[in-house]
Amino acid sequence: MIEVRNITKVYKTGDVETRVLKGISFSIEKGEFVAIIGPSGSGKSTLMHILGCLDTPTSGQYFFEGKDVSKLSDDELADIRKKKIGFVFQSFNLLPRATVLRNVELPLIYANTSKQKREELAKDVLLSAGLEERHFNHLSNQLSGGEMQRVAIARALVNDPTVIFADEPTGNLDSKTGEIVLRTFQGLNKQGKTIILITHEKYIAEHAKRIIFLKDGEVVEDIPAQRAKIIGQIKE
Amino acid sequence: MLISDLFEETYFAIRANKFRSGLTILGIVIGIGSVIAMISIGQGAAGSIETRIQSMGSNLLTVSPGFQRGAAAGPVSAGRGSAQTLTLEDADSITNEISSVRAVAPELSRRYQIVAKGENTNTQVMGTTASYLDVRNVEIDQGSFITEQNISSLSKVAVLGPTVRDDLFATGTNPVGETIRINGMNFKVIGVTKSKGGTGFGSQDEMIFIPITTAQKFLSGASYVSTINVQVESSQLMTQAKNEITNLLLQRHNITTPEMADFSVLSQEDILQSASSITNTMTILLASIAGISLIVGGIGIMNMMMTTVTERTREIGLRKAIGAKRLDISLQFLAEAVMLTFLGGAFGIMLGAGLACGITFFTSTATKVSLFSIILAFSVAAGIGIAFGYWPAQKAAKLNPIEALRYE
Repeated sequence: MIEVRNITKVYKTGDVETRVLKGISFSIEKGEFVAIIGPSGSGKSTLMHILGCLDTPTSGQYFFEGKDVSKLSDDELADIRKKKIGFVFQSFNLLPRATVLRNVELPLIYANTSKQKREELAKDVLLSAGLEERHFNHLSNQLSGGEMQRVAIARALVNDPTVIFADEPTGNLDSKTGEIVLRTFQGLNKQGKTIILITHEKYIAEHAKRIIFLKDGEVVEDIPAQRAKIIGQIKE
Repeated sequence: MLISDLFEETYFAIRANKFRSGLTILGIVIGIGSVIAMISIGQGAAGSIETRIQSMGSNLLTVSPGFQRGAAAGPVSAGRGSAQTLTLEDADSITNEISSVRAVAPELSRRYQIVAKGENTNTQVMGTTASYLDVRNVEIDQGSFITEQNISSLSKVAVLGPTVRDDLFATGTNPVGETIRINGMNFKVIGVTKSKGGTGFGSQDEMIFIPITTAQKFLSGASYVSTINVQVESSQLMTQAKNEITNLLLQRHNITTPEMADFSVLSQEDILQSASSITNTMTILLASIAGISLIVGGIGIMNMMMTTVTERTREIGLRKAIGAKRLDISLQFLAEAVMLTFLGGAFGIMLGAGLACGITFFTSTATKVSLFSIILAFSVAAGIGIAFGYWPAQKAAKLNPIEALRYE
């Protein structure tokens, strides 16, 4: 479903060229739960931006559902994000003065869904993301961190995307709420959603089924999470 | 994005910044308000001048003398209107020979000292004929006007304007039957005209009317008239009548080239046109001064929108990440700017109309808030919203979603 072939990303600041990604290739099938892990500066955020169609690679090819999207324009990429991709961010990025329902409805507004249908869909995903109904009409800045992240997950789910990107989703949460959020992702994966989790913490990555290790812009390891655990234990 | 959603988003955004939006709108309110008030003053003035001119009489042509030309005049020109070439015979021939003319009233006027019962004043004494009443829309309040009989018998009778009556006799008294002295000659008062309003030079309220023959024989001692007022049958015949009168008088005065005419024929429309060109210039001047404040208001809108875009950078990044296209983002911010200016426009129209009413109430200057000025104000408001909202909206639309999401 997702296939990258030898993609690179080079940033230019003045005369200085920074090669952030140095030829990355892998593919991800429908229904997988993949964690991309690496220390800061390894290029994992840049990789997520390209995979999430927020950015295009400098060279190489990116096939999303069989279609090469590496040369598309801003608006064409926006169209793919609108229909196929959901994002969950570390800092939630909810609209602070809007209600929970309105926050979740936002992607549907840009998809021209009718008001009635929007509310229906938003309520459904909020319940499946585990938010209680009494919060639906609260303003989003009145919620706790864990609740906010649930709203963000619901927002990522509402347009029924084929893949969900989660960028350090537990970074602003305490470990207990973080664990609940990760369980939510596992649950969604069981229902058939493809999930790509970006993190720098190994124990978080271990909630996934497959782990891609990134270092200095290159893939150093790509193994099932089960094996990663065993290797870790041996190393310890 | 559906239109209804666009409105809803805009409404939420403006409501979220009530105080700041209110202050920004104030600039537009004052701008639009002053434009409306200024235009209403200008149009009010135009309207009152128009009615004043129309009250002079309907379908009116005025024949006035021109330059004195030819050998008799000598090398020095005495100026337009100085010629003494129009005569009572000219007036009669216009009545008799031109079919499109309903009535003709020649006049001969000059200022004299008037004395009555110890009071005295200096005013315009106008010699004219009975038809003056119809031609110049004058009505009689007390007694009667000059008759044909008075004219043929050179009677020394006088009809007073109401102001003259008030000056010479007590206010509101009936002076009919009293005697006044004009230039040392006794005249019997036979009537008083109704007040037409207006003051200053040429006001009919300040005149004394006497038979034109009397004026020629006993006061000026000459046979010319100073103006011939002509009332035409209908407004459609105005141009035709004007041409016929010109041709007739050219022929009577033995002038072959129209450029050399020693008289001029002016229609009411000509007077109206020159008057309205003055009021138009005034309106444009006032409106453009007010327009400057509108531009300042527009810059206020742009300033606020720039701040808003910067403040909401992360929100814009998020909206883009979840699928908003450039157009969606720029429309949203443009709609916000236009909504602000529209609100400002609506309040501004109320303020302007209020100001206009206030001006009429306190200074009794006529004002007129027209539909035209309201439509103009609204389209100017929308135009300012688009013009000053465009740049901030473009700035928002061009934001890179990745950088916008990282923005602190």
